[in-house]
Amino acid sequence: MQQKELIPHLYRTEFRKITAVLCKLFGIEHIEIAEDMVSDTFLLAAETWGLKGVPNNPAAWLYTVAKNKAKDFLRRDTLFNQKISPEIQHSTAESHEIEIDLSGKNIQDSQLQMMFAICHPGIPPESQIGLALRILCGFGIEEIAIAFLTNKETINKRLFRAKEKLKELDVKIEFPPEAEINNRINNVLTTLYLLFNEGYYSSTHDQVLRKDLCLEAMRLTYMLIENESTNQPPVNALMSLMCFHASRFEARTNPKGELVLYDEQDTRLWNQELISRGEIYLNKAATGNELSKYHIEAAIAYWHTTTDQGIEKWEKVLQLYNKLLIIEYSPIAALNRTYALSKVYGKEQAIEEAEKLKLDGDHLYYTLLGDLYTDIDDKKAIQNLEQAVKLIRSAADKKLILNKIKKLSG
Amino acid sequence: MKEFVMIYRNEAMPEAKYSPDEMQNILKQWENWMGSIAAQGKLVNQGNRLGSEGKSIKPGMIITNGPYAEIKEMIGGYTIIRADSIDDAVEIAKGCPILHVGGNVEVRDIILMDR
Amino acid sequence: MKEFVFIVRLDELPEEKFSPEELNPLFHVWESWIDGLIAKDIFVSRGNRLGAAGRVVKKGKVITNGPYAEIKEIIGGYFIIRANSIDEAAEIAKGAPIIGNGNIEIRSIYDMNE
Repeated sequence: MQQKELIPHLYRTEFRKITAVLCKLFGIEHIEIAEDMVSDTFLLAAETWGLKGVPNNPAAWLYTVAKNKAKDFLRRDTLFNQKISPEIQHSTAESHEIEIDLSGKNIQDSQLQMMFAICHPGIPPESQIGLALRILCGFGIEEIAIAFLTNKETINKRLFRAKEKLKELDVKIEFPPEAEINNRINNVLTTLYLLFNEGYYSSTHDQVLRKDLCLEAMRLTYMLIENESTNQPPVNALMSLMCFHASRFEARTNPKGELVLYDEQDTRLWNQELISRGEIYLNKAATGNELSKYHIEAAIAYWHTTTDQGIEKWEKVLQLYNKLLIIEYSPIAALNRTYALSKVYGKEQAIEEAEKLKLDGDHLYYTLLGDLYTDIDDKKAIQNLEQAVKLIRSAADKKLILNKIKKLSG
Repeated sequence: MKEFVMIYRNEAMPEAKYSPDEMQNILKQWENWMGSIAAQGKLVNQGNRLGSEGKSIKPGMIITNGPYAEIKEMIGGYTIIRADSIDDAVEIAKGCPILHVGGNVEVRDIILMDR
Repeated sequence: MKEFVFIVRLDELPEEKFSPEELNPLFHVWESWIDGLIAKDIFVSRGNRLGAAGRVVKKGKVITNGPYAEIKEIIGGYFIIRANSIDEAAEIAKGAPIIGNGNIEIRSIYDMNE
């Protein structure tokens, strides 16, 4: 990854930590105050360091200034004082001094608790990802806007609504009770997986940003693994899945930034270290009785990391997709199952199965049919691919299909 | 050559939000501006950036807590420079990065003390 | 110990408000008070007394006579002291024999050892 400049680098690493701690201290209803306070601290840093030079330990400087800002704020704002401070002061009544704990342990805990708060099922998924990027990953509004291919105003509005929703639902920044933790972790995993996919499949052409999104999703998942009570089998399964997918990062785009299909990838570019890490997490996930969809998806992803093209691989993949669809239906899993079926039982049978899927609005459906009809009925293949082109929004994807049509016509 | 103080003022609670890259740019602008004053041999003391902690006091009593006394604006910091005249000092002040973020600079001559 | 800057705000600069004869004893009281701070080893820097010449520079324009422009107050000068807390600094400031009518704004300083 390219080396970022001082402030952007610190912003990415420290913003989320300080924000989580302050927000935990103030409560979710004051999330904006916490956020503004930390933003303000960075602006002060820029001006002060510009005037007097950069301190030896810039992160520690930020912590101290943010702490003082928070203390000063708590003292100054009477309204806030009456509402919030009594509790905070009560807990530290002996010293009569508000303590703001920016120790590694408290930072870690606050971030995890924040993660549970943001990944609340009451918040729309798109907003969850936006909030996660902002609050848990310290992304600037502009970066989030680029990731979502939209403008700053839209993101600001979306985040505002999400925060209002958090307040309305009175979401607490705390660890869920032991009994609920499994349930709540599922919500968190859903968001983290969405975040990962946003990077992996996003239509933004900013390769560095896409990789960043994936790495952030992995970093947040790793935080759950590091914590004893959240180190559950499905979490390890998701981590494994992410490692397997991420292993193909270099191979799945060409130097021009265009997508390279799985079958056409240079397997030497697959990251073997990530693949073996994925295997380690997959083994760790294999405890307990629960077989989550992440277990199955990780197992499928594992098979995709093997260069073996034999029928055995595709039989395994087909079985896994069958299981996955039983646990949770999704159009993409249905399409992938059909593809695996074609590899095992041939295209004719797969076409029959595909016709049953009824996914008329999905360009991937027509792309699959196009592939299945190729060499069987090229005319039908072209018709289907043309139908796909009509439905595709991303220019890069469109180009891929147009190339296929060209090959078939030529 | 005489000495002047440049007093930086800005909104106490700036509305504008800056991206990390923009803030990096602000840092660079200040560094470069300080460097340029120093390169002209006109920097006496880079002064201080003031904290948000503040109080206003009249003899015997505290009138306000916090620096935001009676105006929205607050003093953010100051720097001492050397210049031929106040107009020369004003020319230097025109390069201050705070002007790009809605702030202003008060330029004042310093009464040199014989003590 | 932290450092705090004391910014002395006045309704008018002493030289404009008082004749030299009136001013001398007032300055003397002020200097004695400063000497007291020096003796307590809490005086960091004499700072500066500011004169009447002033301009305010805004983006793209210069407003002359600036210090008086927006508020009926002018900064007469500033100096730096050392204290354990802003409250302690405030206690010190309460004793300041301000020349004429005015107040002292106390502000913490961001240093590099935060």
